[in-house]
Amino acid sequence: MPATFTRSTQIEPERRDTGIGGKPPVDRRPTGGGGEGDNWENRQPGRRGPRELLHRYRLALGFALAGDTMFFVALVSAFYVRQAAGHIDGANNYISDWHPLSLPPILWLNTAVLVLSGLTVEIARRQLFREIDVMEEWFGLGRPTVRRATPWLIATGVLGMLFVAGQWLAWKQLYAEGFFYSTNPNSNFFYLITGTHAFHLVVGLMAVGFALLSIRLLKRIEYRQIAVDCTAWYWHTMGVFWLFLFGLLAFGQ
Amino acid sequence: MSNDPGVGKLYPESNIILSRANALHWLFTTNHRILGIQYLLLALVAVIAGTTLSLVMRIHLVWPEVALPFFGQVKPEDYLALVTMHGTLMVFFVLTTAPLSGFANLVLPEQIGARRMALPAWNAISFWITALALLVSLAAFIVPGGAPISGWTSYPPLSAVASAGPGQALGMDMWLLSIALFCIASWIGAVNLLATIVAQRCSGMSLWRMPLTVWSWLVASLLALVCFSVLLAALLLLFSDRHLGTSFFLPMGDFVAGRIRSHSDGSPLLWLHLFWFFGHPEVYIAVLPGMGITSSLLANFSRRPVFGYPMMTATTVLIGLLGLLVWGHHMFVSGMNPYAGTAFALTTMAIAVPSSAKVLSWLGTLWGGGLRLTTPMLFTIGFVSLFIAGGLTGPILAQPVLDTYLHNTYFVVAHFHLIMAMAGAFSIFAGVYYWFPLMTGRLMNEPLGKIHFWLTLVTAYGTFFPMHFAGLAGEPRHYPQLAGTTPSLQALLPLQTGISWFAFVLATTQLFFLANLFWCTFRGKRAPANPWQATTLEWAPQLNEFPEPSAPPASVSASESKRTVFRGPYEYGLRPDGSDFIMQCDPGTKPE
Repeated sequence: MPATFTRSTQIEPERRDTGIGGKPPVDRRPTGGGGEGDNWENRQPGRRGPRELLHRYRLALGFALAGDTMFFVALVSAFYVRQAAGHIDGANNYISDWHPLSLPPILWLNTAVLVLSGLTVEIARRQLFREIDVMEEWFGLGRPTVRRATPWLIATGVLGMLFVAGQWLAWKQLYAEGFFYSTNPNSNFFYLITGTHAFHLVVGLMAVGFALLSIRLLKRIEYRQIAVDCTAWYWHTMGVFWLFLFGLLAFGQ
Repeated sequence: MSNDPGVGKLYPESNIILSRANALHWLFTTNHRILGIQYLLLALVAVIAGTTLSLVMRIHLVWPEVALPFFGQVKPEDYLALVTMHGTLMVFFVLTTAPLSGFANLVLPEQIGARRMALPAWNAISFWITALALLVSLAAFIVPGGAPISGWTSYPPLSAVASAGPGQALGMDMWLLSIALFCIASWIGAVNLLATIVAQRCSGMSLWRMPLTVWSWLVASLLALVCFSVLLAALLLLFSDRHLGTSFFLPMGDFVAGRIRSHSDGSPLLWLHLFWFFGHPEVYIAVLPGMGITSSLLANFSRRPVFGYPMMTATTVLIGLLGLLVWGHHMFVSGMNPYAGTAFALTTMAIAVPSSAKVLSWLGTLWGGGLRLTTPMLFTIGFVSLFIAGGLTGPILAQPVLDTYLHNTYFVVAHFHLIMAMAGAFSIFAGVYYWFPLMTGRLMNEPLGKIHFWLTLVTAYGTFFPMHFAGLAGEPRHYPQLAGTTPSLQALLPLQTGISWFAFVLATTQLFFLANLFWCTFRGKRAPANPWQATTLEWAPQLNEFPEPSAPPASVSASESKRTVFRGPYEYGLRPDGSDFIMQCDPGTKPE
């Protein structure tokens, strides 16, 4: 045993003799052994403890976003069906009215802005889970998580607004080129997909605003964590949706 | 009742419906049990409206010259509007709302030992959006042009062109708005139910101890989550076709009301795919909860455990999964690729396997049981009967070759009215008779209930079974009248007249139910604790029965249920101590 390793206290607790020949176990925690209260089937489902509420809201948000995914899946499948549609005219020619659309280059910039905002919202989210800060707030010694997260949330909001404004500019540019919503099947889908996604982003911006307000107003650190955490996961999902949708629009036409 | 101070009474006050002096307080609650009652009342309003429409249709079909009070002479386009609104009201606001939202709100949290839903406020919002959707849908009758005429499936181009018919302008827009609201409400409600089932179960309530009702609500909610989102996207595309100049669903050169409506290769088939991807799972959303109720009630009233509980959970999940893969069987004659038809025929016939396994389990549960033929039990057996009778025509319609002849005939009407409408209604009746004490603290009247059952059973078969013959004889659906058509169809007039008479008796019989319902809400026999001697937790003394809506929001400690579950959901059968059941929360002498 190395010389530096010294132990002065006794680690074995005292075992009292029960007088019936044999000693009771030191640790009575049910760590396996087949007692009746020790059934693994009996453990509580879901998470319990301080994070129970957080996990419940995360779960609900996950289910909600799964449903939302199906919404976009339906739009994308309609995109492919429409792309493949065509008809045979009187001279037996196959006629397709699907014309490729040249995307405004600003979309690339918007995509970069949205990816960046995903980064800032993730940093904001992590501020709410720094253990030492959470403990400080838990003890009521100050609000370091709020102080640290606020600028990142504001940055996310600004980047999000930039993205929506950038999408608006993209629509303006297409308008100037004479491509309206109803111009051709491809422009239908361009406006439909970018429009519904932008609507989701506006909802996300409202969530960011709500999170900014709520981390100042909500009394309990658990609730502040929930507000920022759910906003962040929603935001990430919209970012991933956009990467797929933009990939479809840019390369799938 | 227990002396434990943490344990409240099973029935909080004598009568939940009457217990609130302040109506607004009752109306805008987040309490799941009251929301469940509100959903059921909403479904009652919708079913009364929908039944009235169907009676007007039955009258017009066989006596087209009769002028009805308040309605006048029914015109052919009125007949189509009646068909549309009958289907819309019944499918969305009765068969989705009552079994999934209504009963799940009423008993699901108690059955899994939770004190409240995971998201009580969202749950209440979901109800109010559903109520708004029903109002918008009914308002379609009073807008200029009247209700839409394109059927509850709203096939384009009829539904996409405003001038295609009298109700296709504003009435169709009302329909779109109503169903879009319903989609959003169902989406919120499904998220709430899923989060509740996954995260709110009490200690010991493992997946394999959940009652089969909870399993069926779990699968139905997953289906609702997946398919209502797709319908919402389809509605958005249809709205865009109607108002924003696109032609997603309008085929090239579509010529309606003297004008070419489309110069682009839109596809009505696309709508069919999107709609039926929603529409077929919707059928299972409607009937899966009924299957869960049936399993539970058969076990209870046979005093036997559910036959093959693991198999029943597996078949529930399997029916849900396969239900997502069969939508094409509605489209065999739509111009879809015939090879796709073959694939859909295979998946459709595959669904008969888990369905048959369920019937086997129900019969196995009944076999040798000590049957207690109470009213809920009778309705449950009626469900099994109708499920078999309506289900057997499923594999027939699943054959593309046979469906080519039978598609859009009364044979299809008979099929889905037996298996979806009547079986669904029987499970709803069974649920109402069974859980009535949880709503009012009283029992419903048994003799009246039995009269209601036998008359309903006979007239339901009398109404819908002969429709098979009309369909085999080639009578199409949606024909407003038989007089003045071909001789072969006119020959069916006596058959259809008989069906109409049965339908009137069927509708009149429901007055027994309504009378029973209202009388027993106020004057029924007081229910003892656990009147059916059931094992599931909604009949156990409640921990925190009736949390006040004004109570602080679910905090970490308050949401934690103190309930513990020690055993499976259906432990019926004689025990050494002489009782023949043991509740899930009963530690007993020796937990399994």
